[in-house]
Amino acid sequence: MGQITLQGVHKSFGQLDIIKDANLDIEDGSFVVFVGPSGCGKTTLLRLIAGLEDVTGGRILIDGQNVVNVPPAKRGLSMVFQSYALYPHMSVRGNIAFGLKMAGLPRAEIDRKVAAAAATLNLTPYLDRKPRELSGGQRQRVAIGRAIVREPKAFLFDEPLSNLDAALRVQMRMEVTRLQKQLATTAVYVTHDQVEAMTMADRIVVLNAGRVEQYGSPLELYEQPANLFVAGFIGSPKMNFVSGPPADQLGAATIGIRPEHLRIAQEGEGWPGTVSVAEHLGSDTFLYVDGGALGLLTVRGIGEIHLKSGDRVWLSPDPARLHRFDKDGMAIRH
Amino acid sequence: MATQQTQVLARGLLTPAVALLLVWMIVPLAMTIYFSLLHYNLLDPGSEAFVGLENFRYFLTDPAFLASLQNTLVLVGSVLAITIVLGVPLALLLDQPVLGRSIVRLMVIAPFFVMPTVSALVWKNLLLHPVSGLLAWLSTLVGITPIDWFNDAPMTAIIMIVAWQWLPFATLILLTALQSQDEEQKEAAEMDGASALSTFLYLTLPHLARPITVVILIETIFLLTVFAEIFVTTGGGPGLQTTNIAFLIYSQALIQYDVGSASAGGLVAVVIANIIAFFLVRVVGRNLEA
Repeated sequence: MGQITLQGVHKSFGQLDIIKDANLDIEDGSFVVFVGPSGCGKTTLLRLIAGLEDVTGGRILIDGQNVVNVPPAKRGLSMVFQSYALYPHMSVRGNIAFGLKMAGLPRAEIDRKVAAAAATLNLTPYLDRKPRELSGGQRQRVAIGRAIVREPKAFLFDEPLSNLDAALRVQMRMEVTRLQKQLATTAVYVTHDQVEAMTMADRIVVLNAGRVEQYGSPLELYEQPANLFVAGFIGSPKMNFVSGPPADQLGAATIGIRPEHLRIAQEGEGWPGTVSVAEHLGSDTFLYVDGGALGLLTVRGIGEIHLKSGDRVWLSPDPARLHRFDKDGMAIRH
Repeated sequence: MATQQTQVLARGLLTPAVALLLVWMIVPLAMTIYFSLLHYNLLDPGSEAFVGLENFRYFLTDPAFLASLQNTLVLVGSVLAITIVLGVPLALLLDQPVLGRSIVRLMVIAPFFVMPTVSALVWKNLLLHPVSGLLAWLSTLVGITPIDWFNDAPMTAIIMIVAWQWLPFATLILLTALQSQDEEQKEAAEMDGASALSTFLYLTLPHLARPITVVILIETIFLLTVFAEIFVTTGGGPGLQTTNIAFLIYSQALIQYDVGSASAGGLVAVVIANIIAFFLVRVVGRNLEA
């Protein structure tokens, strides 16, 4: 079991409020990603759950029990750190076994569990190596091994993939997701990378300046962003925002349209503009269009589109995919 | 071509320094070797004569030699043990965030900057003196007869003084090592349920293995040649109780005026230092390998 509930969690360092009144309900077995720009408090929130920081106010419930005053080791959680934090003087085996050893498990049981964890993560040939003799991906797997061997109620991941190169990151992303589904253990995962969030999460928590902006499934966030911040943060390339007359016509202060929902239209249809940069990726074409009073608009076209810098284009937004925001930046629902 | 040029240039520029260093080392060494083979006594000038290894035989069979060798080892070993056993907890304490930490640190480091002669004098006359010393005063306060340290426990007294001087050095090196310890590792250990003691034993102590090695090696080099503290306090006595190799050589040269024997003693000391260094590097040096 691993149900984590945050009730009015608040954290300040001196005068500075890092987390302002966080309320979340993380269901057992789900994969929840905290995402947000740097300094938004996502790592602090994770550390509060872990118990590495004390809350200033509010309650953290794990399986219904308030753990605010429970030391980290007793919360039944395990954590994968950004730097992996492997114990450099111990072998891979020693690293994975350390938590079990501290819990006072019998030797035979430790050996059995370590062997099982190593087999799951393809670490068996490296058990007697020291961390410094491993590659980045292997170290990452040792850190995960150290977390899973304790059979925690939930895993906490603090930007675990940020030190890996791009190809390895994609591979580890899938491995972590697969492992989490296989173990069916709750996972809380912190990242600043919205692609990681979209691909891995069952549900995403978007944080900004210590506030939970929206909590929902990746597609909910994509399709129905609650406000301007979420709309701009989720999705790549970023959503286009237009204010002024086109927004007024729709009764909104700002309208948002994603690059993939802007269509290259016939002359005279939609918004006119001039291509300033065209990026041809083969599978997609990204056009950065100077829309005059509308500002710079990004357009994502499928496949190859034969337009180049300086070409005149007309852009037509998909009316069903327009997002409307009021003057406070909150989404206007139909 | 460019690399060849830079190599020649580099060698050319290094030559003066290397040459100076060579002269600096070779000349005294050569003179010591030369003197060690002569009968050369300052009280008997003009009688210098080649005597082969006679000086070495004399020095090595001198009963004072074995006693002073033993004293040297006791002194080095004890001071090493004290500075490390006390240095580790001190460094741990100084690593804690407390008010006025920088001032406390400065004060802890201070003894290292006191000249050996001065600290020996302070210890001799102000702290350990059986009549006017601080310890004597404390003893009389609680009704104990003051100990006459330099007569009754001279080696212990010397060890106390030298350890007092070198404890800050060990503490400083260990403190900087502690500050470089990875915070996330300690947090990982906390998540793994390790107690403070387990974290210390399994993480901090292995992390300190290398700086401890450095402390042992550097302190050994300097502790083999402790002289001022002995000269100022006990003068090697009573008897031979606090004579170490360095002091024995001094007494050969400048008390008995026997330059030949003292030179032989100096060479023996070099050999002993090398033997100790050899074993030290074998035993603790592998900690230095990355």
